[in-house]
Amino acid sequence: MPTATKSTAKAADNTKAAPLTFQELLFRLQGFWAARGCVLQQPYDVEVGAGTMAPETFLRVLGPKPYRVGYAQPSRRPADGRYGENPNRLFKHTQFQLILKPPPVNVQELYLESLESIGIDLGQHDLKFEEDNWEWPAGGAWGVGWQVMLDGLEITQFTYFQQCGGLDLDPICAELTYGLERIAAFLQDVDSIYDIIWAIDPDTGAPVTYGDVRLQEELQFSVYNFEFADVPKLWEHFNMYEAEAQALLTQAGELLKNEESTATEKRRFPLLATYELALKCSHLFNLLDARGAISVTERVGVIGRIRNLVVGVAKAYALQQAA
Amino acid sequence: MSDFLLEIGLEEVPARMIASAEAELGRRVNDLLTRERLLGPAAGVTTYSTPRRLAVLVHDVLATQADTEEKLTGPSWKVAFKDDAPTAAAEAFAKKAGVAVSALEKVTTPKGEYVGTTFTRNGRAATELLATELPKEVLGIYWAKNMYWRAGKPERFVRPVRWLVAMLDAKVIDLEIAGIAAGNTSRGHRILHADHPVVLPLAKSYAETLRSAKVVVDVAERRQSIRKALDAATRTVPGARWREDEALVETVVHLTEWPTIILGEFEAEYLALPEEVLVTVMRDHQKYFAVEGADGKLAPHFLAVLNTQVDDAGRDIIRHGNARVLRARFKDARFFWDFDQKTPLAERVDSLKAVTFQKELGSYHWKTEGNLRVTQNLEAKLLSDYGVRFDPYRLKTAVRLAKTDLTTELVKEFTELQGIIGGLYARTQGLGEVVAQAIYDQYKPASTDDAIPSTIEGRVLGLADRIQTITAMFSIGNAPTGSKDPFALRRAANAIVKILAESGLPLTLGDVVDAGGAEGAAREQVAAFLRERLHFYLKDVRGYAYDVVNAVLAAGADDVRDAIARAEALTAVRGSDDFAAISAAFKRIKNILRQAEEKKFAIGSAKDAKLSAEAQQLDDAAAALAPEVASLRQIRSYNEALALIATLRPNVDTFFDEVMVLDSDEKLRGAHLGLIDGVLRNFSTIADFSEIVVS
Repeated sequence: MPTATKSTAKAADNTKAAPLTFQELLFRLQGFWAARGCVLQQPYDVEVGAGTMAPETFLRVLGPKPYRVGYAQPSRRPADGRYGENPNRLFKHTQFQLILKPPPVNVQELYLESLESIGIDLGQHDLKFEEDNWEWPAGGAWGVGWQVMLDGLEITQFTYFQQCGGLDLDPICAELTYGLERIAAFLQDVDSIYDIIWAIDPDTGAPVTYGDVRLQEELQFSVYNFEFADVPKLWEHFNMYEAEAQALLTQAGELLKNEESTATEKRRFPLLATYELALKCSHLFNLLDARGAISVTERVGVIGRIRNLVVGVAKAYALQQAA
Repeated sequence: MSDFLLEIGLEEVPARMIASAEAELGRRVNDLLTRERLLGPAAGVTTYSTPRRLAVLVHDVLATQADTEEKLTGPSWKVAFKDDAPTAAAEAFAKKAGVAVSALEKVTTPKGEYVGTTFTRNGRAATELLATELPKEVLGIYWAKNMYWRAGKPERFVRPVRWLVAMLDAKVIDLEIAGIAAGNTSRGHRILHADHPVVLPLAKSYAETLRSAKVVVDVAERRQSIRKALDAATRTVPGARWREDEALVETVVHLTEWPTIILGEFEAEYLALPEEVLVTVMRDHQKYFAVEGADGKLAPHFLAVLNTQVDDAGRDIIRHGNARVLRARFKDARFFWDFDQKTPLAERVDSLKAVTFQKELGSYHWKTEGNLRVTQNLEAKLLSDYGVRFDPYRLKTAVRLAKTDLTTELVKEFTELQGIIGGLYARTQGLGEVVAQAIYDQYKPASTDDAIPSTIEGRVLGLADRIQTITAMFSIGNAPTGSKDPFALRRAANAIVKILAESGLPLTLGDVVDAGGAEGAAREQVAAFLRERLHFYLKDVRGYAYDVVNAVLAAGADDVRDAIARAEALTAVRGSDDFAAISAAFKRIKNILRQAEEKKFAIGSAKDAKLSAEAQQLDDAAAALAPEVASLRQIRSYNEALALIATLRPNVDTFFDEVMVLDSDEKLRGAHLGLIDGVLRNFSTIADFSEIVVS
């Protein structure tokens, strides 16, 4: 019986245009939001676990300045790697991340339009906004919102950011995170992420799949993350990044609180670079975790060290913006 | 006679919060209208809600408050009138009250004579009152989690307010909440009505107008329609039934504005996975209802509740999409199941060192060792003191492996299945039924409604695990305080009481506390905590009257089953006249003994003096009954014992009618006190009757 159902569904879909490829999906979302006033940024080029951690979100949401930005963010979670063998799980997945600060009153309606723009006929699907609140303790960040469910599949995380770096946000912002692999697999009706069509050669019609593009990377990084990553070296890297970040934070603290320092001095202080060092620590922690190298007793302590850096940067950044 | 409507339009409110907020809105509006005297004689309040709105409709609201006559008191008469002529003070007061000086009267109070008057206060218009008062009521609604959304953070609410309807019949009430001005325009279903504005002609036509915009605002109606549609969809599978799940019905009722149902299928091969896993995936992760065949076993179908209505092609698409997600989740679960078998539970004990139980205490490995020690203590008590038969070797295995499923992939994925997965793995891995069932049941009862573990080994494991947790948490100062109980210790203690109450295990609360290993003041703290939970259990779970519970526990709170038997017997006799009299008499005895103590009167013995006939009769009767009652108590024949105690009534009544207990003669007084003290002692072993409230 499931087979019969499937063919009927296919038949229904066949009356419409071919589903978007992975890259077309990204183009459409980018185009949709660019047309609504969003700056399109490139992915942040330091390892992050989620689009939220990129400075375009984490730091831009601080302070009063309005901002609208969208970017695709490859998000690395070493412990989630499955050597490319699990059809639904990845070490690195792609989030299309959107920040609307402050959120327009019709933000939900805009979001639904964006779904229509990627070929989802909402009249033929079941859509629900189900409560799902978000929290990143190491970043002192949280918000309330929903997971958006389309025919039982979570396709987007929709969050009203309330706090970041332990600071209350005012204005708050809306953060929309589209899970691109999931949406593409849904649109293309494939059971494995690796079967997603990434692109189609316009001349030959030959498809390039997600597996063609990324399978090797999933395999090799799973091997590295779980088997090869050198634990003592990872610790060494962690300690060095932390030490430099901490030293910068100390200087930033003195500078930003000193009434004699000028606005120019304050504004040129490299907090963005400090934040990168903190992100490095966060990624190294994830690698150490995947290697099973962090004991229970250490765990809380290490997360606390990362939190000190990340929250420290956020607080300093807020002061710097006000300078 | 007008109808008042308020609708608050919101972005999707969390399903779990809607019902209580809807009720609170109704209560607040009702209280407000009552307080402001705006309810007519035929008034009725109806509330509505969907994920996107909370609404309240009130029939028979008065357009204006009735005028009221009010009395006002002013300066003293002597100041206001000199030689019967009004002074400036009288004139000022008359002006303030809005009456002529001639309307002032003399008011006599205990403090003296004053000037007073009666004036008419004009009633205010409902629209005006509602405009000022309603915003406060709405923004005062309690939400478990709030948010800010407007710049400057002027207010917090569960989700942003997007529109507002406030009407008295056809007229819009001019009010504003969170920057939104009220109107007569609601919104329809997001998709089915394209979220178009919906103009309401009249307050009272709210529900029907919204229905035409594809929104069923009545919660009970949605509930009923979902249940009917589930029945209808299931009927297409011969012999099948959907698994009743009230909590899930409530969730989907609050996730939909226009519910419909689809029946989907999954591959029968997944039925090889344990039913617990399949149901958890369907219910907790996908909010689907499971379907069972005529044999009661799961059938390869699921029911999804949609918040839309589509044609057949759309139904196929949605069914296909939902089945696709479910299949992927089942596939994951099967992968985890197979993967977990590579490392049997027995080889996972050491990995528990990496799973934190509580950061100040230690890991689950530490916890397991603690549980083993506690189990050994309980075991010694049960085997040698009470002669209960069970399998200590298998119990020990179960305790040792109980927490190992925390290291499995399947439990990491489905944390709500901890214990259950361990039990299933134990069975699969050939550890035997006793071990498997004990592990499987270890977290039962999860609530006061849940069943206790089905085997002795499971019960002992359940007791050991919880008393170990409570003792350890208390030792680092984590006892619950007020509404704060972050480690759910009350629930743990409730489970201990329930297991003791319902298992037939001969353990007392004291035995369990001792097995937990607390000593000295810490022991008393834990024991008091468990006694408090026994009180809760008797009163709130068993439903005994609070005075019965107090009376019973005052006579002993260690043996749970015994306390229940005494509460049962006391409840049965409590209403009788004889018993009411006995209770009153015991209260009186206590009072007299308290007075005697305050006055430092010595308590003697009934034999110290020559008693009056009435006192002697009571002494004789009590002396005759005491041994009988004691032996009945011994064999727990509480009904008989209480019936016997009730026969004391004539003697007690006569005694108090005729005898001056606190006689001026010291000897006689001491003898009387000795007599009633003896009565109190001998007959308060089943319950402290003085606690019984007599109307």
